[in-house]
Amino acid sequence: MAENSSELFDAGHRACGGCGPALAARLIMKGSGENTIVVASTGCMEVFSTPYPETAWKVPWIHSLFENAAAVASGIEASLKRQGRDEHVICICGDGATFDIGMLCISGAFERGHNITYICYDNEAYMNTGIQRSGATPYDADTTTSPAGKCSTGNARPKKDLPAILVAHGSPYVATASIAYPNDLVKKVERAVNTEGPCYIQVHTPCCTGWGFDGADTMAIGRLAVETGLWVNYEIVDGELEKAKKIVNRKPVEEYLKAQKRFRHLFRPGRNEEEIAKIQAIADRNAKKFGIDIALKK
Amino acid sequence: MMKIVEGSHAVAEAVKLCRPQVISAYPITPQTHIVEALASMVADCELDAEYICVESEFSALSGCIGASAAGSRTYSATTSQGLALMFEVCFNAAGMRLPIVMTIANRAMGAPLSIWNDQQDSISLRDAGWLQYYAEDIQEVSDLHFIAYRVAEDHRVLLPAFVCFDGFILTHTYEPVDMPTQQEVDAYLPAFKPYQRLDAKEPISMGMYATPDYYMEFRYEVDRAMQRARDAYVDAARAFADQFGRDYTGAVEGYRLEDADTALVAMGSICGTVKDAIDEMRADGKRVGLLKIRSFRPFPSEEVAAALKGASTVAVLDKNISLGQKGAVALEVKDALYGSGIPVLDYIVALGGRDIRKRDIAKIVDLAEKGTGDMFYGLRTEVL
Amino acid sequence: MALRVGCAAAPGRARDNKTGSWRVFKPIFKHETCTKCGLCETICPEGCVKEDKDGFFTPDLDYCKGCGLCAKECPADDIEMVQEEK
Repeated sequence: MAENSSELFDAGHRACGGCGPALAARLIMKGSGENTIVVASTGCMEVFSTPYPETAWKVPWIHSLFENAAAVASGIEASLKRQGRDEHVICICGDGATFDIGMLCISGAFERGHNITYICYDNEAYMNTGIQRSGATPYDADTTTSPAGKCSTGNARPKKDLPAILVAHGSPYVATASIAYPNDLVKKVERAVNTEGPCYIQVHTPCCTGWGFDGADTMAIGRLAVETGLWVNYEIVDGELEKAKKIVNRKPVEEYLKAQKRFRHLFRPGRNEEEIAKIQAIADRNAKKFGIDIALKK
Repeated sequence: MMKIVEGSHAVAEAVKLCRPQVISAYPITPQTHIVEALASMVADCELDAEYICVESEFSALSGCIGASAAGSRTYSATTSQGLALMFEVCFNAAGMRLPIVMTIANRAMGAPLSIWNDQQDSISLRDAGWLQYYAEDIQEVSDLHFIAYRVAEDHRVLLPAFVCFDGFILTHTYEPVDMPTQQEVDAYLPAFKPYQRLDAKEPISMGMYATPDYYMEFRYEVDRAMQRARDAYVDAARAFADQFGRDYTGAVEGYRLEDADTALVAMGSICGTVKDAIDEMRADGKRVGLLKIRSFRPFPSEEVAAALKGASTVAVLDKNISLGQKGAVALEVKDALYGSGIPVLDYIVALGGRDIRKRDIAKIVDLAEKGTGDMFYGLRTEVL
Repeated sequence: MALRVGCAAAPGRARDNKTGSWRVFKPIFKHETCTKCGLCETICPEGCVKEDKDGFFTPDLDYCKGCGLCAKECPADDIEMVQEEK
């Protein structure tokens, strides 16, 4: 096959078969193009794409540390400004690096208003280190550090609303996206890299290994997340909600939860109606907040 | 041009003359005057640079990594707690072979919190792969910045560098300094030519991860770069001496050492006090000398051994302590003198800004002559 | 090969790693009901499904990990996963 593949994120990387983040990387590069410098954090994507000397990246790419991608990107952006260069500077980082350990740097970078795009691939846990809980882990998800057990139903906290935090920093463009809607993701990336100022996109990237489903179902699981309202795809432009993806006849959260091992404890040995109801309430609140429900009359 | 200038301002002026494109810095006592002066210069269009007011020291050095990787000469300054916060970033910058220059306004490490001077901060990062140069006075710290950039950016080296000077003692005092002109510095330090950089026209991946099959060889390469830095430093210092007439070619420098019985070893501003004390002791007939260490990394073991071979006793003044062991400089001097049979006595002095005077130096020489050492000197036993 | 300074590398060396060896199942692109929509090319996490000169799509079996996403998502049901004979 073609040696000179047009892919800017190329084959030969070591991601699991059906990996959501790998697909996200390809789609992000389609949106940003070859005039891009990528700053990566330590994590699944960095590890599966750059074991020396193999690199899947055909754009300039740098990895420094786990938590400093936004600070490194700030330095790159300043340098490019000095040199009169126009490459897009984008961070591609996991949820652990973004929501938790990287909060300091991302807050500083966004407060200073650097012209960068920060894209978080959100697989809802520290996957590379073996599926530990992060600030992005959803309520009741089973991870190795928030396991379900005799006196626990899994992660006890709801997902941190990081997009809202970055809207509060004055970001001109904050969006959520999902690999289940690939063309939408590509368009959002294109918009973000061409918007002046610090922009943020949070991409839902289901992880077959970490969430417990077959790699062939990555898109299907991502769709279910959106169709149940547990994940909402939206765009906030200059602080105002511009668009949210609407759902016809929103599905009950159960359909999404049942399909993943990380929520299995809510159904076996018996159904935990109380917890399922709490998760349904989260979805209902999302639906109301973003106005996503379209109920077709029968 | 000669002028009386505060240590911090001399550093800022020297850095300005080096034409950094990106400054990424966070304020911390006693470095604040440096970053403030630089900000002022940018605001008055005297310095054409991007000045990033980062949100922490960790972010400061991370920003430098980004800027350097993208192809800019970059600068930061810190001390003590700030440097400690940069711990992993320091290892990262050296491993990525980015020639960042950072001024360290040496200050004690907490706890207990102290804003005053000792050299624990930079010495504690001696393993990280940064070049480390220590200045005795303000002229020297100013000049060492030009030399540091030249050595760091040398393609034989490609390592980041600390330029260290004692907090408050040098940062906040005024001395006469001969500051070169921009034209002179441009002749000495041309524009930064990165060995490699992030560039969409020639993409590379930087900072990949290394499996056990490769990691050791990468670390060996960094150490080799450190070894090459010895010659690169001499070359840069010689060129500096030829152009400006001030000679820093010695990784070490002897003062009245040739016929000394007792040789003191020290780094930084304390050397000035020691030299005055030596002059007094010599006038009284004592044969005492000083070996000043200018380059701590790479450590000049051969030069130390050669300089001290005639001494009957070596007394090291350590403004630091590796808790549970001895002072770092003494341990390295001992290693350099291994097999010589010369006793090396360690004196932990002046921690946390405790003053040290000529009479203390004389007392230490007395103790060394009696063979009493490996101690904290000058403890206030009444508060223990 | 000499180490590159700073643990850096020129682009695309990942192609040395033929991940096709990971496969248990192999996709068969039948080209019978295919509508040439290109979704398979868009969603392959390896980026190894490419359009041929006739506008149909085929996987690069040197890299295909057999994850089955293309088969699952193909709107025309034109792709089938079969266990590979080794």
